[in-house]
Amino acid sequence: MSDSQSLPRKLGLIVNPLAGLGGRVGLKGSDGIAIQRKALQLGAVPQSPHRAAEALQRVRSSISDLGIITYPGEMGEDEARGCGFAPMVIGAIKEGETTSKDTRNAARDMCRMGVDLLLFAGGDGTARDIFDTVGATMFVLGIPSGVKIHSAGFAVSPACAGEVAARYLQGRVTGYREAEVMDVDEDLLREGILSARLYGYLKTPFEERFIQGAKTRSSSDRAATENIARAIIHHMRETCLYIIGPGTTTRAITSRLGLPKTLVGVDVVSGGKRISADVNEARLLDIIDREDRTAKIIITPIGGQGYLFGRGNQQISPKVIREVGRENVIVVATAEKINSLRGRPFLVDTGERATDRMLSGYIRVVSGYDEEIIYRVADGTR
Amino acid sequence: MNNITKERYANGKPRLRRFHQAKWDEPIIFEMSCEGERGILVPDLEPAIERTAEDAISTLPEGLRRNQPPRLPEISQPQLVRHYTRLSQETLGVDVNIDIGQGTCTMKYSPKVNELLARMPKMAELHPLEPEEAVQGILEIFYKFEQILREISGMERFSLQPGAGSQAIYANASIIRAYHEQRGEAEQRDEIITTIFSHPSNAACAKTAGFKVITLYPDADGYPDLVALKAAVSESTAGLMITNPEDTGIFNPRIEEFIKVVHDAGGLCAYDQANANGILGMTRAKEAGFDLCHFNLHKTFSTPHGCGGPGSGAIGVTKTLAPFLPTPVVEFDGHAYHLNYDCPKSIGKIRSFYGVAPAILKAYAWVMSLGAHGLREVARTAVLNNNYLLKRVLEIPGVSAPYAKGKRRIEQVRYSWEELAERTGIHSEEIGLRVADFGLHYWTSHHPWVVPEPSTLEPTESFSKADIDEYVNVLRHIAHEVANNPDQVKTAPHNSTIHRIDPAALDNPAEWAVTWRAYQKKIHEDSE
Repeated sequence: MSDSQSLPRKLGLIVNPLAGLGGRVGLKGSDGIAIQRKALQLGAVPQSPHRAAEALQRVRSSISDLGIITYPGEMGEDEARGCGFAPMVIGAIKEGETTSKDTRNAARDMCRMGVDLLLFAGGDGTARDIFDTVGATMFVLGIPSGVKIHSAGFAVSPACAGEVAARYLQGRVTGYREAEVMDVDEDLLREGILSARLYGYLKTPFEERFIQGAKTRSSSDRAATENIARAIIHHMRETCLYIIGPGTTTRAITSRLGLPKTLVGVDVVSGGKRISADVNEARLLDIIDREDRTAKIIITPIGGQGYLFGRGNQQISPKVIREVGRENVIVVATAEKINSLRGRPFLVDTGERATDRMLSGYIRVVSGYDEEIIYRVADGTR
Repeated sequence: MNNITKERYANGKPRLRRFHQAKWDEPIIFEMSCEGERGILVPDLEPAIERTAEDAISTLPEGLRRNQPPRLPEISQPQLVRHYTRLSQETLGVDVNIDIGQGTCTMKYSPKVNELLARMPKMAELHPLEPEEAVQGILEIFYKFEQILREISGMERFSLQPGAGSQAIYANASIIRAYHEQRGEAEQRDEIITTIFSHPSNAACAKTAGFKVITLYPDADGYPDLVALKAAVSESTAGLMITNPEDTGIFNPRIEEFIKVVHDAGGLCAYDQANANGILGMTRAKEAGFDLCHFNLHKTFSTPHGCGGPGSGAIGVTKTLAPFLPTPVVEFDGHAYHLNYDCPKSIGKIRSFYGVAPAILKAYAWVMSLGAHGLREVARTAVLNNNYLLKRVLEIPGVSAPYAKGKRRIEQVRYSWEELAERTGIHSEEIGLRVADFGLHYWTSHHPWVVPEPSTLEPTESFSKADIDEYVNVLRHIAHEVANNPDQVKTAPHNSTIHRIDPAALDNPAEWAVTWRAYQKKIHEDSE
C-alpha cells in the first residue's frame, strides 16, 4: 500500500438510485422494475441519493481534490457534483430506468479504469451485482442505503463510509477484510419464505483501530482466527466426520490442515482429508448415513446479523442437525465478531421450529486457543 | 487594570483552559553522550577503609563479571537534570492534569507525605537479606497491614508478595489449581470462568496459569448473566474469577448466586477487587462468599498507580486456602515478627523476597491517616463524584452509558460515543486526541471493545466539583466541535508537541525498537 500513497488516488462511485425504495412502504426490497414502480406509486422515496451525498461530503471534508470516476446523472454524477467534486463521468444510462445491468456495467468500467476504491450506495442486491462483476479483485465499500443489508461489506452509516473511504484513499487505512455478500430472494420473502444465500466475499477496507495508552493493545482478528483453527485441529479426532460450513473463520481451519475449502459452500473433512466438497443436504445425509461414525458440524455465524443456521448454509438442514445432535455442533467465532453483534444473540432459522428450539439457549463458542465464550442463541424466524 | 479573574469567565461560565504542551525537541539521552563527560566524583576510599574492606568485585563468580563497563551515556550532571526535567514537562502526568480520563486505573491523589515516608533513609536502605531481627519495623508494618486488609475484606489471611495486580491474580489462579491438585481433581478441573467486563487480567492470568478460559457476556439487562453461568459450569470448572463492580461500573447484584452456582459445581471463587474504590467499608469479599480476593494497593490504596508506582498486589484467602499462600508469610509470636517459610502446601514464591515494601508502607500510612470511617468516606465520595460526572456527561449529545439503563454506577462508567460516531464518522480515539489540547488525558478502553466507541472515566474521591466540571466542559465543547467544525477534531491534537504518529509501526515487528541497542542494530541493518 505504501507505494501508492504518494500517487493521486481515484475513487469510483456507483449510486443505485432506486436502493431503499421498498423499505418505508413495506415491500421488503427494491429488486426488479415492477416492485420499483409499485413502490413509487405508494409514494416511496429512494434512500440512496441523500445517503451517498452524506458519505461524499465526509470524503470531501478530508480530501478536496479527489479524482472521482462515476456514471451519469442519478448513478453518481449528481451526488458528486452536488458535493463540489468535478467527476469524470463515463458510460451511459437511461435516466429513471436504470437496472442492475447498469450497476454491473459501471463496476466493470471502473474496474478496467483501475480505481483505488469502489464506493457504492445500495443494498444487498447492489453488493451482489458488484461482486458478480469484480469479485475480490479490487477494494469495495458500501454506503448502507438498501432495504436489505444482510451483507457485511457496508460501513455502519453513510458518515462512517465516507470517513473510512477518505482514510483509505489517504493511505491511513491499509487493512482489509473479506466481507460476506449475502442476498435474499425477495420474491420468496414476500411469500413469507426467507432464503438467504452467501455469494462470496468482497474485499473491503478495514480500519485496524490503534489506540494510544498503555492499557490497550491492538486487536488482531487474524491472529484470533488462527488460534481458533489451532484449537479445533488440536481436538480433531481421526475417526470423526467434520461438516465444515462456509466462512473465513472455518476456512482458516482447512487452510491450516492444508486442504482446499469451498468458501461459500459446505465441505466434509475426515482423517485430515476433504472427503467431499460443496455438498448439498442429500449428500450430507448420505455421507452421515453411510459412514456411520460421529459427525460434527463446525460453523461460524454468517453475515452481519449473527445467523448460525438458515442463512448461507441451508445445506446443513434441520435433518442434518438432528442427525448430528446439538452436542456435536461446534461454533467458532472471534471475540471481535461476537462484539460486532452488540449484544444481540446468535440466531437460528433452520426452517423447522423444533430444531430452532433445540438449538436455542446458550452455546459454547470457540473464540481462541483454550478460549471459549458462552453465548445466547435465539430463534431467528422472521 | 485588567481583572484577571473576570477574564477567566465568559457569560458567567468558566472559559476552557488554554493549554500548550512544552516542546523541548529533546534528544534521546544516548544521542547526548560525549566521551569523557561525567557527573560529580565521590572521593576515593581512605587507605584505612580500603585496607579493611573486601574487594566487592572479586566476590562475584568469574562468569558474572563484565569484561568491559556497560556503554552508558556519558553526560554531565546539569545536562542530566535539564534532560529529565524537560521530559517531565512534556508529559501529562497525574500532578498536572485532572486525571479522571484513565478509568479503571483509580488515579487518585496520593499524599506526598507518604512518598517522603517511603524515601526515608531507614526505608530506602533496607535490604531484603538483612536478618529478621534487624527489620522488625517493616515486618511489623507488613503484619499490621495484613490485619487491616483482613478487616476490610473479611478474609482470613493475606500475602503481600505480588508486585502487581496481575501477579496477584496469577497467584490466585495458582492457588485454585493447588487446591484442586490436593483433592486430586486438577486434571479434570481445567476451566476458569470470567465475564467480559471483568478486569481482563483475570482471563489473561488464568490462561497464563494453564487454564482454559470461558467468558460470559452480559444478559439482556446488561448485568453479568446468571443463566449463562449456569450453562458454563460443569465438572471441569476450576473456578470463577470475577470483578465486581465490573469495568462498566455496574455492580453485580446477584453475586451471591453466582458464587453459589460455582461452589455447587465444585469450583472456587476469586474476587478481583481492582475496582474496590467505591466499596470500601460497604461490602466485603467474605460476606459475598468468595474464597480468594486481591487488592491493587497502587489503585485503591494510593501507593500510587502508573509511573509513580511501583505496583503492589495483596491476595487474601479463606482459612481453608491459607496453607496455599506464597511463602514466606509474616507471623507474630507476641514478642517478635518472623518470616515463616514452613508452608508445605504453599504455591511457592511468585516473586523474590516479600513484597514491594515502600508501596506497602505507603498503603499502611494512607489507611492510618483515614481510619475506618475515612475509608468509607473515600468510597462514598468516589461514588458521588462518579454519579455526578455520569449525569453531566449524559447531557452531552451523542454519548451514552450502555447496559443497566437508567441505573447509577459505582466508581466508574464505560461510556459509548457510538451515536456520535455513526452520525459523524469521528471516533472515540479522535475525541481523546482533541482532549489532549486542553491539558487533559483521555483513554478509550481495554480491548476488545464490547462497548462500541468506548471511553472509561473514573473521577475517584480526589477531584472537586470544579475539576469534574472542567473535564465535562471540555468533552461538551469537543462534541459541539464534532458537529460544527469536525476538522478541528480530526486533525487534533494541535497543542501537543507531536501531533500524530503513524501507528502502522505498532503492528510491525521490523519497525519496533524498544531499546537503544535494538534501534542501533536496525538502523545499521537498514543502511546496509
